[in-house]
Amino acid sequence: MKTRDIIRYSFISIERARSRTALMLLAVAIAVTSVILLIGLGEAARRYVTREFASLGTNLVFVLPGKSETTGGAMSASFGGTTRPITIADAQALTRHPSVSRVAPMVIGAASVNRAGLERESVVQGTTAEMLPLREWQMYKGSFLPTGNWQHASPVCVIGRKIESELFGPESSVGQFLRIGESRFRVIGVLDHAPSTFGMTVDESIIVPVASAMRLFNTDSIFRIMIESNHPDSIPAISTFVTNTLKARHHGEDDATVITQDAVHETFNTIFNALTLTVAGIAAISLAVAGVLIMNVMLVSVSQRTGEVGLLKALGASPAQIVWLFLTESAMLSLFGALIGVGVGLTACWLVSTYYPILDMFPPVWAVGAGVLVAFITGLVFGILPARQAAALDPIASLAKH
Amino acid sequence: MLIKLDRIQRIFQVGSEQVHALQDINLTIEKGEYLSLMGPSGSGKSTLLNLLGLLDRPTSGSYLFDVRDTTTLDDSEQAHIRNSRIGFVFQFFHLIQRLTAFENVELPLMLRGVPASKRRQQVHAALDGMGLTNRFDHRPDQLSGGQRQRVAIARATVTAPDLILADEPTGNLDRKSGNEMIEILEQLNSEGMTLIVVTHDAAIGKRAKRQLKMVDGRIVEDIRTQATT
Repeated sequence: MKTRDIIRYSFISIERARSRTALMLLAVAIAVTSVILLIGLGEAARRYVTREFASLGTNLVFVLPGKSETTGGAMSASFGGTTRPITIADAQALTRHPSVSRVAPMVIGAASVNRAGLERESVVQGTTAEMLPLREWQMYKGSFLPTGNWQHASPVCVIGRKIESELFGPESSVGQFLRIGESRFRVIGVLDHAPSTFGMTVDESIIVPVASAMRLFNTDSIFRIMIESNHPDSIPAISTFVTNTLKARHHGEDDATVITQDAVHETFNTIFNALTLTVAGIAAISLAVAGVLIMNVMLVSVSQRTGEVGLLKALGASPAQIVWLFLTESAMLSLFGALIGVGVGLTACWLVSTYYPILDMFPPVWAVGAGVLVAFITGLVFGILPARQAAALDPIASLAKH
Repeated sequence: MLIKLDRIQRIFQVGSEQVHALQDINLTIEKGEYLSLMGPSGSGKSTLLNLLGLLDRPTSGSYLFDVRDTTTLDDSEQAHIRNSRIGFVFQFFHLIQRLTAFENVELPLMLRGVPASKRRQQVHAALDGMGLTNRFDHRPDQLSGGQRQRVAIARATVTAPDLILADEPTGNLDRKSGNEMIEILEQLNSEGMTLIVVTHDAAIGKRAKRQLKMVDGRIVEDIRTQATT
């Protein structure tokens, strides 16, 4: 029997048993759609995080006070268990490496900001002039923090545009004063809009010199240091340099955590890969369910068509041909279902990406291919039992059933 | 010699009992013969027909089809003989409802792997020969009983088989269509196909040149007439 004829025969049987076909197509299509949507979602999350990292700037090394191994987790190290503070002098020492292009210390906190009876809570970042090029921020007007002595706690600040509009309204803010906590600061510049990173928006921030922030928050330690290298290849060298320098300055104690952006990114990547595979696995279960449905419907179909099977045998169909006819039918049903699923899944992804651009939901090609392939194989595997049952039918009994 | 049955037994196990459906059948059929097979229900005539059509295997004995011992053949080889050498005509026609007349007749050629263009010619010829020229695209439920049986005969003969096995071919037809059917089958026989008809109808049975009568799984009569038809 020619392959073309097998396909045509199966196609006729699919085409002329509408409700059965619709049911099976639906089951497979739903399964494949969910595979594509879930993988698309996982990919979107991964891309989102990657974008966030890219917006931080590349070639970065972070230094946090405390040793993550001893206090458990990088974040907790920055809050508690700090054995020795990282000082401004420490940060300055880190500039002495030929591959380091910029060092920006950071102290961060929240404080109430008020001006002329208007008051609001705001994120206050203490840092240095290096932060502006490092984060690739743009000035809206005025100027950024002055370069010069980091130890000097001058009472000046740079504010985000939202802060400006809320506290100053239509007035010009540059040159005016505002209060952060109990201290007076002079506004010297306004930062332009910039994409927010990890939930921190520039528009709602106030930037002050690092020494001023330390005084404001009454802390003797820098929250973190961002170091930019002039070449990605020198990041390992800088990492070692930072560790050694801080160790030397802290009386031989290795009590700071050095994180490279790559390592963090890598960790996130691993997490998102695991996440994507997990949701894809969950979606694959629905494929198995669809497979069981195909099997059941095909079994019913075989028992409804015993007369036909008997006839085919009388007409000279070999057991192998009968197996192929029924297998082709379930394989075609699952393939068509899968293609419908791909269509629906990609359309849904496209709709989500169009209306929520932050979720860039296009699943990778491998996911689409794997979805279709797995659906096809499921159809084949679950089609084997009904097909073999059909082939094993006794032709005389089958013909008598009519 | 087309068929030679030698000491054929067919025993069915029904519960704890053994039913001897065929007992010690010896039968030789020459090419081009016209046989009728009669007998009461349960006499084993359908079992014999199924056996001759290679749909069933004997419990013991040998069955030579065109000097080949069929009992040693596997299912696929038997299927091949059914496909190329034997045509079946059933009482209930056994047409596939979702296929058109053309597609039904096409089936045995399709199973054999005949290319579509060649198939087309043969199916056309077979249906034209049955006077169904205008019924190619009709489904079975759009055809009369006589027309359905003619589609079934077209399907049985499209492969130009050596042997036609007809199981009560007129059983589901009115008298007039039934007679037409027998005439068509006899016409095929006169063209050289060996014809075996199982029937309850004595009038139809008598038309055959060789009449077998079965009782309790044995052939009890084997009459040859030189009747001219």
